[in-house]
Amino acid sequence: MLDLVELSRLQFAMTAMYHFLFVPLTLGLSVIVAIMETVYVMTNRPIWRQMTKFWGTLFGINFVLGVATGITMEFQFGMNWSYYSHYVGDIFGAPLAIEGLMAFFLEATFVGLFFFGWDKLSKQGHLMVTWLVAIGSNFSALWILIANGWMQNPVGAEFNPQTMRMEMTSFFDVVFNPVAQAKFVHTASAGYVTAAVFVLGVSAWYMLKQRHCELARRSIAVASVFGLASAMSVVMLGDESGYDISENQKMKMAAIEAMWDTQEAPASFTLVGLPNREARETKWAIHVPWAMGLIGTRSLTEEIPGINQLVEENVGRIKNGTIAYDALMQIRANKGVMTDELKAQFEEHSDDLGYAFLLKRYIDDPREATPEQIQQAADDTVPGVFPLFWAFRLMVALGFSFIAVMAYFAYRASFKGMQFPRVALWFAVIIIPTPWIAAELGWFVAEFGRQPWTVDGILPTALSVSHLSVADLLITLAGFVTFYSALFIIEMGLMLKYIRKGPYMDVAETETWMERHEHRLRTHDGKGPFAPTPAE
Amino acid sequence: MILHELLSFELLRVIWWLLLGVLLIGFALTDGFDMGVGAMLPFVGKTDVERRIAINTIGPVWEGNQVWFILGGGAIFAAWPPLYAVSFSGFYLAMFVILAALILRPVAFKYRSKRDSQAWRNGWDWALFIGGAVPALLFGVAVGNVLLGVPFYLTDDLMPMYDGAFYMKFLGLLRPFAIVAGVVSFSMLLMHGAAWLSLKAEGPVAERARRIGTVAGIVAAAGYAICGVWLAFGIEGFRIVGDVVTDGPSNPLMSEVARDASWLQAYSDRPWIIIAPIMGFVGIAMAVLGLRAGREVSTLLWSKLGITGIISSVGLTMFPFILPSTVKPDSSLTVWDSSSSHLTLFVMLVMTVIFMPLILFYTAWVYKVLWGKVTEEDVTSESGHAY
Repeated sequence: MLDLVELSRLQFAMTAMYHFLFVPLTLGLSVIVAIMETVYVMTNRPIWRQMTKFWGTLFGINFVLGVATGITMEFQFGMNWSYYSHYVGDIFGAPLAIEGLMAFFLEATFVGLFFFGWDKLSKQGHLMVTWLVAIGSNFSALWILIANGWMQNPVGAEFNPQTMRMEMTSFFDVVFNPVAQAKFVHTASAGYVTAAVFVLGVSAWYMLKQRHCELARRSIAVASVFGLASAMSVVMLGDESGYDISENQKMKMAAIEAMWDTQEAPASFTLVGLPNREARETKWAIHVPWAMGLIGTRSLTEEIPGINQLVEENVGRIKNGTIAYDALMQIRANKGVMTDELKAQFEEHSDDLGYAFLLKRYIDDPREATPEQIQQAADDTVPGVFPLFWAFRLMVALGFSFIAVMAYFAYRASFKGMQFPRVALWFAVIIIPTPWIAAELGWFVAEFGRQPWTVDGILPTALSVSHLSVADLLITLAGFVTFYSALFIIEMGLMLKYIRKGPYMDVAETETWMERHEHRLRTHDGKGPFAPTPAE
Repeated sequence: MILHELLSFELLRVIWWLLLGVLLIGFALTDGFDMGVGAMLPFVGKTDVERRIAINTIGPVWEGNQVWFILGGGAIFAAWPPLYAVSFSGFYLAMFVILAALILRPVAFKYRSKRDSQAWRNGWDWALFIGGAVPALLFGVAVGNVLLGVPFYLTDDLMPMYDGAFYMKFLGLLRPFAIVAGVVSFSMLLMHGAAWLSLKAEGPVAERARRIGTVAGIVAAAGYAICGVWLAFGIEGFRIVGDVVTDGPSNPLMSEVARDASWLQAYSDRPWIIIAPIMGFVGIAMAVLGLRAGREVSTLLWSKLGITGIISSVGLTMFPFILPSTVKPDSSLTVWDSSSSHLTLFVMLVMTVIFMPLILFYTAWVYKVLWGKVTEEDVTSESGHAY
């Protein structure tokens, strides 16, 4: 039977990962649709308008579930992670609120006009609306990743003994956290790749079925070029994240690489292997010499610490943490008044206070912990090595394969007259789910790899939860599973229905629209909007 | 950063208390009519076309309106972390029900029109009904419970704890006073939705909405009056004992609180706040009269005034309390001891000052683009844009 902490984690993981089924497509498709509409406004060719509306419809079906499941995310910290909310709300809450102010209002206000404004706005006006939706979505991601980046690398904040929480000392540091910035570009690019693979796959299916080929060809051209740039960006910024992780989260890095012991620099990279946590060794490992040292430190001389050494280090940090904890308790007994002596004692070790909290799983008062309990708490700082090791490798492999696929299609689209072999088209259809797998694996590595902390080195996960009952959690968990599954089935059904249906009223709509807007249809070459395009 | 010292901690706390009110009122004034329309949808529209007219009056705007709620959550997190931590976990199951209803709503808007089947559409109509009615009711119930006090306390580590069995987190909230408060918020938003439909729709839809809205307005005013009397005679209020420190650290346990006062004491301490309930009653009365007379724009504005009056009267009556605790009154959250740090409040204020005018500007622009009635022709035309 799972306990409260495990159930809370399960619920968060489930609702967050479910939310992220919709987010990447929103991020990327909003940009792709905006690009298509830009082409339409510049060339006046109705086919681009049709493309904008067709992909816009699919965008809408997906967008709505991203918004709906995002509501849960905004309130779940308070509902299930109340101590976390109290402890770091002073810092973590700010980016969430700014996300609402700066980004979510923008995308949500204009998304209505995107769908309803076709007949009410000028072409340029509507194009502006579409771009604002895309910009709003991407700004959303920026602020969410600033919040998440702070959980990975808590900068610009310090503990205040009087309020028993972390408080912001520099907003600038929180926003320009290098981890957050790298993560944002990595995540947004992953969203672009997802949308590119989606557009590519659906278009390929049309080409295989010999339907809407004009729309499909152009869509492939847009998706593959856009996808190629994004896929390269994902991998490059992934590498940047890796570098930042090794600077800030040494344990996560060591776990991802299954590096049990510190190696002499430059460390080798374990390509594949079977990590075993009990034995603290990796069986059947294949090593690539020097690679790890280069990725992790970008030098040939710096060492990367191994898991065993980090655990050893953490024993010391836990002991230091209890000294800070002791000072904290004395300050509290003093009614919040800090003598110079207490202040000095606290500040000397306050960076390790969070490590003392790791002991709370085993004992109420960390000051009374036995050496065994300290060792146990230090061992807890090692996250699950096997799942991290493999999730990371699978994600990276997928990332590189997206570059290959996109490069191939971009090449055919640019230099081979948009002709694609059937087998390539089938391949494009089959790989539609893979970017989602890669994206979820990425989050898994980031969040599972941060365990046992919610905020790295500051607040343990076990302490962060709300004091609800197991029954509370079982009710909501069952509710979410049922409710979300039903929504997922409905969503998939509609997606497939609208893909099968294809673009809306191909000819008739364009003609009605032409009649209504004739005065605005003046193309550059004077041939009118229906002059054959070169590819036709 | 020293810039934030320009504004005192005390002033920033008051500003953020006001902004909390602005967000709640913004939510009620905008998304309030979406919920109201949803809650009366099955009754104002008899045919599919009529229902689609009602839905399409809010179709392009509900998404932006709902952000007031999301932003409210984010702003509470950023400016009042203890309130965010205690209230959403303390009302856990009720929050889950609200979330479920609010998740259902966007999906229903978007998916209803995607199939022609009557059963499919009827199903989503009831989803819209739930998505409007349930939150409209429960928000009032929550406010009622805040006035009554909530059974939570804080440990020395400031960890929120709750008394009572788990099902109390939902059923326990349904106390008689809280239910009356729920009826007030439900009927008030129903009236607001009616005022909206009377402006944006025509024919039988607008007719039926006006009839429903008239009754709802009268119920809201009566319920609001009952709540006032109840507060005067049946409910104990809270007060801070001893000196009030307004710029101390945000630690609720540092002040002493007694539960032996009347909430209405506030009206003799600060007589000017009587303006809020007056606004509430006058706004509702004028909105009801406007609905009966068939006035459109002014009715919506009166309805907004009434809602603003009712919501602000709650805040002004309780000030400086935000979330009183019944089991250990000392744990109660007040404006003076449950805010974010000085710096965070300042940074968030700067952000709000920059972005809020921008939001109001482009929201107004969107409403201007969409100005005019939604007609039968709009929803049946072949352009396929309508829900």
